[in-house]
Amino acid sequence: MLKLNVPGNSAIRPLTIDRDAILLVTENIEFPIALRKKSALLVRANESFISGGFAMVLVRDGVDHARLPNQNVLGLSADLNYLAEGDVVRVSKNSRLKTLYRRGARGVSLLVTERCNSFCVMCSQPPRDVADDYLIDEYLEAIPMFDRSTVEVIITGGEPTLLGDRLFSLLKALKSFLPETAVHVLSNGRTASDIELARKFAAVCHPDLMVGVPLYSDIAALHDFVVQADGAYDETLRGILNLKRLGVRVEIRVVIHRQTYKRLPELARFIARNLQFADHVALMGLELMGFARSNIDELWIDPVEYQTQLKEATHNLVDARIHTSIYNHQLCILDSDIRRYAVKSISDWKNEYMPECAGCSMTHECGGFFSSAHIKRSAHISPIVE
Amino acid sequence: MLAKRFNPGSVYREPELKGYRLLPMRFTRLDSSRYVVSTIVGEYRVVTRDVIESLVTHRLAPGSDAYDDFKSGHFIRDADSNIAPELLALKYRTKLSRVSQFTGLHMFVVTLRCDHTCQYCQVSRQTKDRVAFDMSDAVARHAVDLVFESPSRALKIEFQGGEPLLNFERIKSIVELAEARNRQEKRDLQFVIASNLSLLSDEILEFCELHNIYFSTSLDGPASLHNRNRPRPGRNSYELTVTGIEKIRCHLGVDRVSALMTTTEASLPHVRQIIDEYVGQGFRSIFLRPLSPYGFAARSGHFARYDSERWLEFFKEGLEYILDINRKGYALAETYSAIVLRKMLTPQNPGYVDLQSPAGMGISGVVYNYDGDVYASDEARMLAEMGDKTFRLGNVLQDDYRAIFLSDALLDPLEASVAESVPICADCAFVPYCGADPVYHHATQGDAVGRRLTSGFCHRNIGIFRHLITLMEDSPKDREVLLRWGFGSHRRA
Repeated sequence: MLKLNVPGNSAIRPLTIDRDAILLVTENIEFPIALRKKSALLVRANESFISGGFAMVLVRDGVDHARLPNQNVLGLSADLNYLAEGDVVRVSKNSRLKTLYRRGARGVSLLVTERCNSFCVMCSQPPRDVADDYLIDEYLEAIPMFDRSTVEVIITGGEPTLLGDRLFSLLKALKSFLPETAVHVLSNGRTASDIELARKFAAVCHPDLMVGVPLYSDIAALHDFVVQADGAYDETLRGILNLKRLGVRVEIRVVIHRQTYKRLPELARFIARNLQFADHVALMGLELMGFARSNIDELWIDPVEYQTQLKEATHNLVDARIHTSIYNHQLCILDSDIRRYAVKSISDWKNEYMPECAGCSMTHECGGFFSSAHIKRSAHISPIVE
Repeated sequence: MLAKRFNPGSVYREPELKGYRLLPMRFTRLDSSRYVVSTIVGEYRVVTRDVIESLVTHRLAPGSDAYDDFKSGHFIRDADSNIAPELLALKYRTKLSRVSQFTGLHMFVVTLRCDHTCQYCQVSRQTKDRVAFDMSDAVARHAVDLVFESPSRALKIEFQGGEPLLNFERIKSIVELAEARNRQEKRDLQFVIASNLSLLSDEILEFCELHNIYFSTSLDGPASLHNRNRPRPGRNSYELTVTGIEKIRCHLGVDRVSALMTTTEASLPHVRQIIDEYVGQGFRSIFLRPLSPYGFAARSGHFARYDSERWLEFFKEGLEYILDINRKGYALAETYSAIVLRKMLTPQNPGYVDLQSPAGMGISGVVYNYDGDVYASDEARMLAEMGDKTFRLGNVLQDDYRAIFLSDALLDPLEASVAESVPICADCAFVPYCGADPVYHHATQGDAVGRRLTSGFCHRNIGIFRHLITLMEDSPKDREVLLRWGFGSHRRA
């Protein structure tokens, strides 16, 4: 697992920045001088010459300190070995470095708030009621530095729509600076039950925007239990209807665990009947982080035990011609009939394979595990040998 | 136990304890032990009598599987959620969205002349007199104007006869006229020629390729049956049709020709051979159609010779054989079942003219006869050929769009026959899958609404609905295939 927010760096030369600096990382010592004020030079080992004018110089172990400038040099923790050309970072006076953007990442996630109006029993990113408006400001500053060829940006939280108009300025910035980049907003859809909020999504007129909305059951009481909010089921469904009514694309996301697996086929049938216009349905395995870990006894079920339900649900959706994917499941535990719907879905910074995978011929096609699977994973992982 | 800060599931079930309300539903006995319950949008469950009793007497236990299933299907609602009416309304609008589109299919009878003398044919004429039974240029022009007055975004012009290729010059002029008009209208415009293909020439194929025209032909079964049903000089109708099908597939593409079979008394013992013929010709669907009670068929007594019961036997035997062919690895759909299943499994309405409520006449399709008379459906035209012009809506040379489509001849039977308000239909669990057929009931019972207890339409359709639902419930193997037909899905088996 890659660490994105790293405190343990050392100021090799004093940091004279008066506020957090958002900087584009470059390894190019001949980077145009006009751009250096907003850039951090990442010094390669054995670099013989270091040019001046960069806002920050980032060095790894093993670089000769003699040639370094006398201010704004940060010695990087080994956790940041992944940093590379084109990344965007925030450097704080106290030597903390936060990676905002990795150009080589499979999907770029922007966590825009930790506040949430739900309290899901399996939340991997437990909500915190904190004033975190600064997050959006950072992203607004960083987005113009993102590579224009970025394939996808995922807006996540918390509940991003709690930011109100600030979320929509972020979406507008993405549309303006990254017009070819797909944007995926992960929202519980409850606020979109207000048609005015849904209208704001439509008004962005983004050419490639999708809102990913979770629906955990066809039964209101069960969905409301999972999200720990009475009335959430109705709000989420109204939100989906409002968004679709206005032409905003909607993905339905279903997380499978011990509390939801039994009615998975019925939920799929419900979606096919009532929400056949959904643009995508993702059937997702559990990530053992945050609350999922606190509630592990009530939530954990070996995915092998729900293959019957998962297979029926997948077929119910596919039969109804709904674009369907299975996320976060390893190929070796999926029923062979539905393996073809499995997608490599785990963000690369927390994506791993386990010792049991040794010798497997399908690893390159398999989505693998969340890093958190070190705690617990299916007892039936075994190499597929062809 | 969940961590302390979380509420247990029971907290969220509390509103369910206040009782539930019934949403609109109908139930009908399926067999000796089971009932079909359906909602107004056609979602159904098959349950035993005691479950029905618990359901309607408000004794379903909150949180039980039955409770959840009925709630999920919008049969009941409780204080925990009030989204059901919105979702039901959405599905109901989807089902009826065709009504707002209005007429999409426009049938042009470009000639009544035909080279065949099929006994069951309602309308064809053997004559050398071109003028008497061919559509004139003036009729064609007025009819094309009416086509574009339809609000429908999708417009399909179907050329019929007689044998329409006998008046190919008129087909050409109509296609060119409609395409010229469509350069500004920008509708989704399609052309189909319903032909026996005996006159298919390279010149015709070339024109059809240029203008993206589809063909619909008749194939009644193997050569012996087909040629017996469809006599022509030379007794070679089968050979000409099969050659024509092959030519179209080669020159225009495999999807550009479809075939329809007509059931006659001679067909009844041969359903398997008929199906084999379709498989042998590489078709992926077959439509097991009943003989219609119109035209020569009724006059010559053919219709009386077998009743709907005998036809249902034919249908069930055929369906079983088709399902078996699917199990053996060849995907072949039965079209009527697919239409019905679509209505059972989705909120969509496949728009098949006989299974619409309000009736499909005038809304799903309209016929412009060679002489300019406008009829509410193909069957209405056949009835007129027998001397009964009840469903003649007007004439393209004398009447404008409003006069034709707001005529009493169309609106009165449409209003009277809405299935949801017809005695017996109003209480039938199968009504979401069924439709009103005022022309049929007028022809057979002398009344556009008709009496259901003696209606062949009712008997035949209910027989099919029961049979399909029973297969879906009791035969998992068949269910797999039927699901694919209903959804039109391409999932591999």
